[in-house]
Amino acid sequence: MIPVCRLEELPEGASVRMDVEPPIAVFHADGELYAIDDTCTHQDASLSEGYLEGCLVECPLHEASFDLRTGRPTCLPARRPVRTHRVTVDDGVIHVHRSDEENAAA
Amino acid sequence: MRTVTVVGASLAGLYAARELRAQGFDGRLVIVGEEQHRPYDRPPLSKGFLSGKAGESDLALSDDEETLELGAEWMFGARARGLDARGRTVLLEDGRTVSTDGVVIATGARARRLPGPVLPGVHTLRTLDEARALRADLRRGTQRVVVIGGGFIGAETASSCAAMGHDVTVVEAAPLPLLGQLGPEMAAVCARLHERGGVRLVTGTGVAALEGEQAVTGVRLTDGRLFPADVVVVGIGAIPNTEWLAGSTLAVHDGVLCDDGCVTSLPQVVAVGDVARVGGARAEHWTSATAQPRVAVRNLLAGHTVEHVRPLPYFWSDQYGSRIQFAGRREQDDVPRIVEGSTEEGGFLAVYERDARTTAVLALDRPRPFTRIRRELARAQAPAPVSTPAAAAEPAAV
Ligand SMILES: Cc1cc2nc3c(=O)[nH]c(=O)nc-3n(C[C@H](O)[C@H](O)[C@H](O)COP(=O)(O)OP(=O)(O)OC[C@H]3O[C@@H](n4cnc5c(N)ncnc54)[C@H](O)[C@@H]3O)c2cc1C
Ligand code: FES
Repeated sequence: MIPVCRLEELPEGASVRMDVEPPIAVFHADGELYAIDDTCTHQDASLSEGYLEGCLVECPLHEASFDLRTGRPTCLPARRPVRTHRVTVDDGVIHVHRSDEENAAA
Repeated sequence: MRTVTVVGASLAGLYAARELRAQGFDGRLVIVGEEQHRPYDRPPLSKGFLSGKAGESDLALSDDEETLELGAEWMFGARARGLDARGRTVLLEDGRTVSTDGVVIATGARARRLPGPVLPGVHTLRTLDEARALRADLRRGTQRVVVIGGGFIGAETASSCAAMGHDVTVVEAAPLPLLGQLGPEMAAVCARLHERGGVRLVTGTGVAALEGEQAVTGVRLTDGRLFPADVVVVGIGAIPNTEWLAGSTLAVHDGVLCDDGCVTSLPQVVAVGDVARVGGARAEHWTSATAQPRVAVRNLLAGHTVEHVRPLPYFWSDQYGSRIQFAGRREQDDVPRIVEGSTEEGGFLAVYERDARTTAVLALDRPRPFTRIRRELARAQAPAPVSTPAAAAEPAAV
């Protein structure tokens, strides 16, 4: 579980990139918090810099679009999903639960 | 239409094949490609592939699963050498012929070379085979590299070579690299990136000769200076691959001439990507090659032009750890204005303006605001209506 920031620091429509390995992007989109792997599965671009539309994020380099709920690409050129991570808010602080760690613990 | 043949098995050809299936074409699909390789992506060739950050598997544009789904007959290592007058037969170099009802021309472009024989150590960079050869030369210890041409591919190659620890010089004939694409103010800003990367930039002088007997040893400039070199990369532009169409009835002039919907003078022949001159303009951009096929295939299957393609020109370039992005239609006198950041450090966003209207946008490491303006520009250019004969014949409902 990794602390991100306070909830009020990530208003609706905002995103933040966490410098972990591999980097994770956290979004406040469509009234929800989402976390996905930050690096586009197509080539080398940061999805935290992407364009948000509902719960889709569009890659800033070649416009592949990913569903924040599932990590799946909704159009080319991306063909592989990004990993999604669970997000919780504890005492007003956003936390990301990395899926690899959660799976390892399960 | 029972058979469609795609000539050129690269980016635009693959996207056309995908569109054919996506738009319901279930006939025979033949894809003819001169290269031995399955479709691969070229932009990484001058970026991560040279430096070793990306491998050959990272270049693949498709995978086995999709290849199976497409249900196409792939002919690799097969060069088309002709198209008959009616556009119904594709002739291959080895004497085989492919009878077809529709043709998608996607033969792209090749690297322009300097005249004369090619000495060992002299490279161009367009194909995977060329990139492999250059990469092999660059792996032989520290080299003196001279890049001829400071355009995007030249600059990216120089940047990759510098990152690998080579001693790099870029020679540009114009007063500044990228002058035509970015205008003098912004070209000057981008030229400084070379300096930042520890690369020598020599401008305003052409190349007189490449020196060397067994292998290249140096580059002689028109002003008399000599730059010793172990490796020379020639990045002086690309030539559209249209020679194979010489015997056809298609009009060719720096590309295959098409209307705004990628349709040639034959309604069942369309052209896409770097080889296509669509509505008077030929782009050499990844995004054009991926955007045109949808419209081209739609028009091909309809039998005439029902939709125009007008993607907002967009390209990006990765140099010296920075990402340059440009979108829009800049005209010569459009004035750039920095709207965010600074040209001195840390990236910036600039808009080009004409009569208080934004015509284009340029960003250095500013992807988010860049996308916002790029989308606004795309929205502002309303899609051109297509006047079909049927619609034109109908009386206006007033
Ligand atoms: C090193 C490099 C870096 C680039 N970087 C960028 C970038 O950062 N951003 C950007 O926007 N664009 C970039 N581009 C441009 C982009 O790659 C091209 O716009 C794109 O490849 C065009 O695709 P295409 O399918 O039209 O043509 P091509 O990719 O050129 O493919 C044409 C194919 O047709 C084949 N062919 C040719 N003649 C025949 C024939 N007679 N018969 C059968 N097959 C034939 C060729 O062998 C080739 O495989 C770069 C290009 C290069 C080379
Ligand atoms: S890097 Fe994201 S779409 Fe290409």
